[in-house]
Amino acid sequence: MTTEFKIIEEPRKPLAMHPKKFGMWLFVASVGMLFASLTSAYIVRQAEGNWLYFDLPATLYWSTGVILLSSVTMQMAFWAAKRDLIERVKLLVSITMGLGLVFLIAQLVAWRDLVAQNVYFVGNPSGSFLYVITGLHGLHIISALVYLVIVLMSAYRLKIHSRNLPQIEMCTTYWHFLGGLWLYLFIFLLLNR
Amino acid sequence: MATVDLHTQADVHHHDDHDHDHDHGNFWTNYIFSQDHKIIAKQFLITGMMWAIIGGSLSVIFRLQLGFPDANLTWLKPLLGGWITPSGKIDTEFYLALVTMHGTIMVFFVLTAGLSGTFSNFLIPLQIGARDMASGFMNMLSYWFFFISSVIMFTSLFLSTGPASGGWTIYPPLSALPQAMPGSGLGMTLWLVAMAFFIVSSLLGGINYISTIINMRTKGMSFTRLPLTIWAFFFTAIIGLLSFPVLFAAVLLLIFDRSMGTSFYLSDIYINGEALPNQGGSPVLFQHLFWFLGHPEVYIVILPSLGITSEIISTNSRKPIFGYKAMVGSLLFITVLSFVVWAHHMFVTGMNPFLGSIFTLLTLIIAVPSAVKIFNYVTTLWKGNIIFTTAMLFSIGLVSFFLSGGITGIFVGNSAVDIQLHDTYFVVAHFHLVMGAASFFGMLAGVYHWFPKMFGRMMDERLGKVHFWLSFVGVYLVFFPMHYIGIAGFPRRYYSWTNFETFSSFSDLNTLVSVAAILTFAAQFIFLFNFFYSMFRGKLAPANPWKENTLEWTTPRHPKHGNWPGEIPTVYRWPYDYSKPGAKDDYIPQTVPFSETPESNLPHENELIKLEMEGNDAIVVEKKNH
Repeated sequence: MTTEFKIIEEPRKPLAMHPKKFGMWLFVASVGMLFASLTSAYIVRQAEGNWLYFDLPATLYWSTGVILLSSVTMQMAFWAAKRDLIERVKLLVSITMGLGLVFLIAQLVAWRDLVAQNVYFVGNPSGSFLYVITGLHGLHIISALVYLVIVLMSAYRLKIHSRNLPQIEMCTTYWHFLGGLWLYLFIFLLLNR
Repeated sequence: MATVDLHTQADVHHHDDHDHDHDHGNFWTNYIFSQDHKIIAKQFLITGMMWAIIGGSLSVIFRLQLGFPDANLTWLKPLLGGWITPSGKIDTEFYLALVTMHGTIMVFFVLTAGLSGTFSNFLIPLQIGARDMASGFMNMLSYWFFFISSVIMFTSLFLSTGPASGGWTIYPPLSALPQAMPGSGLGMTLWLVAMAFFIVSSLLGGINYISTIINMRTKGMSFTRLPLTIWAFFFTAIIGLLSFPVLFAAVLLLIFDRSMGTSFYLSDIYINGEALPNQGGSPVLFQHLFWFLGHPEVYIVILPSLGITSEIISTNSRKPIFGYKAMVGSLLFITVLSFVVWAHHMFVTGMNPFLGSIFTLLTLIIAVPSAVKIFNYVTTLWKGNIIFTTAMLFSIGLVSFFLSGGITGIFVGNSAVDIQLHDTYFVVAHFHLVMGAASFFGMLAGVYHWFPKMFGRMMDERLGKVHFWLSFVGVYLVFFPMHYIGIAGFPRRYYSWTNFETFSSFSDLNTLVSVAAILTFAAQFIFLFNFFYSMFRGKLAPANPWKENTLEWTTPRHPKHGNWPGEIPTVYRWPYDYSKPGAKDDYIPQTVPFSETPESNLPHENELIKLEMEGNDAIVVEKKNH
């Protein structure tokens, strides 16, 4: 048996990111497309006339403020996790969840205000679109709240720390996205009255 | 005692390594709820094949009606029961259900899930050098959502009111009003629910494919070294990710219109002289939303087949693919264009003629990347040492269909010509050739080509060739006459034309089409026999039966979960080094470093060796010679 040595060039490692974090961004893109298609449908339908005009309930301004604030607390939770301040992570994630719930309740109140304005789900598409867009966004918020519960449980099991960030990072991405998405939807609805 | 235990355990493990595909878990986790991409791919393949048989037999039933309008079909009563009228005819409502379900099943369940689901899952990790997908769990979910969707869609076939019948495009108001026709009742509801699950399945799969391709490539597998199959799956997944949510939005609004009384798509409708309360909706809005998915969907169907064909044609011509970058570029260009041409399905909806001319222009531009692809296939074949394997024949068949079907796209894509051709058999002939048969041939080519890797055995080549020639001739016999029938003005989806004197001169052509369709369908059973027979009794496959360069042929004959027993191989070159001047063999696998092939290296490849050695990354490999 003879042995022979060879020198072989070593190719570079190709560009790579965390596959699951990347997957989260892709999911965000597809949710973005869902709402892009709904808002385009809104514009197309509005251009055809026979459109009911009404004022957006003032509650929506409040809920917008709440969801923006929750983005801040979520980001702070992520920073706390980065610095291994687990107690603060637990607190800030809980606050974010609370603010998310407040947001959902505010959206429900806004629906009640709409009914008080005689704008119903069944009726002119102008109102139906508002219910569908806010409702579908609310469903995504609920999914994010479930995700927050999972993150909180990991925090209690001490599975979130500076060396194990992907889970809370993906959750932060999703939460910021839903906040930004609401901001887009709200401005869109304000501009297309 | 302890030492004895330890010894036994080690022995058992050793034994397992060699004799079983899967080391851990039981039957359920290994074969049913598996997270192994290879098993999931086979699940998609088998389910897709079952759907293809169902979708194909539906078409044979309605071809019976079209080709033999006077025939007595009482003999179908045991199968179809009440759908055969007492006078021995197919029920007219059921005829509409047949064409609707044929379209739905073929487009979504066979050529989207069956094709992408099988080959993206199977080939992506194997060809880029990954152990599995980015998330095996999501991948498993993707199959099971598809399975739930399949069960619901299959159940709808057995409803007493029939499955959805408003055409696979489910335009409202027909689909939105349960009282419009029997199929718009529960059948339509189940259709919508099934499609919602289907969309979830596609998105889960697509996210996985993209994330895996970008982030999990092995060392050295740069983007320019990816096989074209992977590029095609990559763009397909991107199209799906961006267009399926739009279908979801369309379907969601339709569900609200059907079940909750909203008016997104409904306005000014009278049923039996009574006005419906719905006001202010627009059915054209649905068409915009639907075709924003619907057009990209046809590229979801064809792109994987084009990728598979690129790989097979290059391998079996023993030549590098002609114009690798042009192939990738044309895929990218098709992807971009697929999102800006949807309104060419809507030229006759009363669209602004100026808008129509813009969509005509954009549509005709698709001919450019498509022609680039055809040109590159032909130039790859040109003066190659062609080996006519069955897979190669099917790939060449795809090129033929893609060309002859694509040419007619130039006619129907024109807003003026489309006024005559819209919703005639000309359109039917066009899309069945260019995306139906072409993509189906790509799928068959893929099965013949990668069967040895999937099951460790070879399919029978002689049966394969019989299957190819019957299918190839059959498909042209079915769809070529349809062009004439279409130009003559035959509308699609009509139950019969016997009341129109003008059309009676075409009845012999219709008979020919039906006979050819039945024969082509029958020929597929040769494939089914070959497939299942070879799975158990086929010749054992050698390690690299087609002498191909890509990574999947460096795995063991039956790769386990994880694909490579040792380290993942490193990639040093692109996958198309076939018949390289100076080389010993007519192929150099991607795992062979340039420094081992000084006789065939090109100047820039020698530069590459130096460059990579300079980084102090060079590794020493010990080779044992016995």
